[in-house]
Amino acid sequence: MADDLKDTLSTAATMQRRSLLKGTAGILATGIFPAVHAADPIVLRYLGTAVNQDKAIAEKFEKDTGIKIQYVAVTTDDVTKRAVTAPNSFDLIDSEYFSLKNIVPTGNLKGIDVKRIKNADKITTLFTKGEVGGKKVGDQGTAPKKVIYLEGEKSKKFSATPTQFMSLIPTVYNADTLGIRPDLIKRPISSWAELLNPEFKGKAAILNIPSIGIMDAAMVVEAMGIYKYPDKGNMTKKEIDLTIKTLIEAKKQGQFRSLWKDFNESVNLMASGEVVIQSMWSPAVTAVRTKGIACNFQPLKEGYRAWASGFGLPATLSGKKLDGAYEFINWFLDGWAGAYLNRQGYYSAVLDTAKAKMEAYEWAYWMEGKPATQDIKSPNGDVLAKKGESRDGGSYEQRMGGIACWNAVMDENAYMVQKWNEFVAA
Amino acid sequence: MSAPSAASSLPAASAPGRSIAAWWQALPLTAVFAVFFLIPLALVLMVSFWDYNQYEMLPGFTLKNYVAIFDGCLSRNEAGDMCVTVKTYLSTFKFSVLVWLLTLVIGFTVSYFLAFHVRSSGVQVVLFVLCTIPFWTSNVIRMIAWVPLLGRNGLVNDALATMGLVDKPIEWLLFSDFSVVLAFVHLFTTFMIVPIFNSMMRIDRSLIEAASDSGATAWQTLWNVIIPLCRTGIIIGSIFVITIVMGDFVTIGVMGGQQIASVGKIIQVQTSYLQFPLAAANAVVLLSLVLMIIWALTRMVDIRKEL
Repeated sequence: MADDLKDTLSTAATMQRRSLLKGTAGILATGIFPAVHAADPIVLRYLGTAVNQDKAIAEKFEKDTGIKIQYVAVTTDDVTKRAVTAPNSFDLIDSEYFSLKNIVPTGNLKGIDVKRIKNADKITTLFTKGEVGGKKVGDQGTAPKKVIYLEGEKSKKFSATPTQFMSLIPTVYNADTLGIRPDLIKRPISSWAELLNPEFKGKAAILNIPSIGIMDAAMVVEAMGIYKYPDKGNMTKKEIDLTIKTLIEAKKQGQFRSLWKDFNESVNLMASGEVVIQSMWSPAVTAVRTKGIACNFQPLKEGYRAWASGFGLPATLSGKKLDGAYEFINWFLDGWAGAYLNRQGYYSAVLDTAKAKMEAYEWAYWMEGKPATQDIKSPNGDVLAKKGESRDGGSYEQRMGGIACWNAVMDENAYMVQKWNEFVAA
Repeated sequence: MSAPSAASSLPAASAPGRSIAAWWQALPLTAVFAVFFLIPLALVLMVSFWDYNQYEMLPGFTLKNYVAIFDGCLSRNEAGDMCVTVKTYLSTFKFSVLVWLLTLVIGFTVSYFLAFHVRSSGVQVVLFVLCTIPFWTSNVIRMIAWVPLLGRNGLVNDALATMGLVDKPIEWLLFSDFSVVLAFVHLFTTFMIVPIFNSMMRIDRSLIEAASDSGATAWQTLWNVIIPLCRTGIIIGSIFVITIVMGDFVTIGVMGGQQIASVGKIIQVQTSYLQFPLAAANAVVLLSLVLMIIWALTRMVDIRKEL
């Protein structure tokens, strides 16, 4: 009996201590202990794909501002999944524009107040107006200009006209095309149709991310002259059937060596020579080249499939962390990060500030499409291009002006995924 | 485990305290089992009857997910193909059977060698530990190690070309059914070796002497004495291997070049497109099938009794 009593007492004491601890943690979390909080650096949990999460960027930012960036690296699909299912698990999201159609209606993102973004009015017109150098570019699919503005800070709807609130502030973007091994193909490649050319039987690969892979397939279908889509980024069921049928036929003929899903897979396929032609991402081509293997990010006459990603803020973010997130976005657009990304073959959202942080010869090579006047190095110091070489696809205006469609989420997404599984199973 | 017979011989009412203690003892495991298995499973079952749209799940009750899975499976389509679900399951079954057969033969042979040919128990232990060495690295690494070996310009093809055996690289070594089965066998043979070796070590050696004294040939001893007495190990190993292969999507993805169907892969694609209810329905179908296989296997042997 006495033992029981003692037990009860000690349990009660433990309980008290525990709840006290919990309470303290709670208070700390809300920031009511200002002195303690100020001593603690702000840590921003940054959710995104590994591609954009560069250690150097986080280090430089912490050095400049004292705010820590904690990267949470997941795949493109998982970014969306987390944004929809676990919006409290991050403080800053780096998502692609096409995912917004799935995220914004959940109300898990808050509009970014452009008044708090110093360089907001300098963001490239590609995003705000869908123009490059004053010329309209293709807007099939989820073009950023369709989803970049929200009706209000808490809105679940996109606005067709500019407002004070942006859904995402663009970070990086690019236009994708086929990657080829010129040393193994030994002839010029100029059309998307080559991906299904039987000449490359057993040596071709395509992306196994259904929403992007089907866009590449659509580019091929159009290039082969089978069908012209009104909008490749929003197909009807019939159009999906046709696209998948084309893929299945090619697969049954043994066209594909492999499908790939992540960056490294595509690099390995290409570098090992398993594959000589595949849909590819620009930095992956760069990665193959830094191994000393010839690889082209081949411009094609039908144009490019573009993508863009940007920073968004979760709806629940507030206080110091919200300020920290704004500070990060402002810092990101301020040039250093832009220059860093431009040197990897991406494009940055605010070109002026990035230009200020790049050498003139670098800018000429990366952005103006001019031959390199000296060796071009990656941020880690690997040589990417020798003196005299020029960038695949030419200048920024040539490349981004050649956009045919944007990565997209279709209205018939569910059906598309089902058909894609059919392709994989065929 | 001699307790059941003893306990059942006692009238339950005569030892109430003891039976309560037994309940308490069983509680922790039951709780863990409930929290980490039963409740999630119930949730999966529940969600499989929900509806969904692009970005959210809509609680309710609908059979549409199950209908979607078996859509078009009753007849062949115009091209004469089976529906995706049937095709996927056939492909999954094919791998299960192939891998099961190979791991069984290899696992049995290795265990037989360890148990009956190696005399010293010290050497036995060393060799047995040797069998588990592959498990010191992760599954994925063991799998990926095959890629540079089997590739078009890989070591195997290089060697064959240098010896003049082939003039063009062999393509089917990698990203094919062959490479998938090879990786599976490499990964999971140990799951066969361990239980089979375990049951072999329990065989009373005098039984084998008796068989040989009665004039049985080596084959007769193997077939009529050793294999029946290893049945438990074989069944346990088979359950391991078959359930893993049925649910796998990583090995089939990496070694099959992402273009071989597997049920697990379909579930993974669906969850990444937020089609959780559909994925849940698929998981329920897969789970029921695997449970049926396990049920059938356990019909062949009373595992509780044998252990």
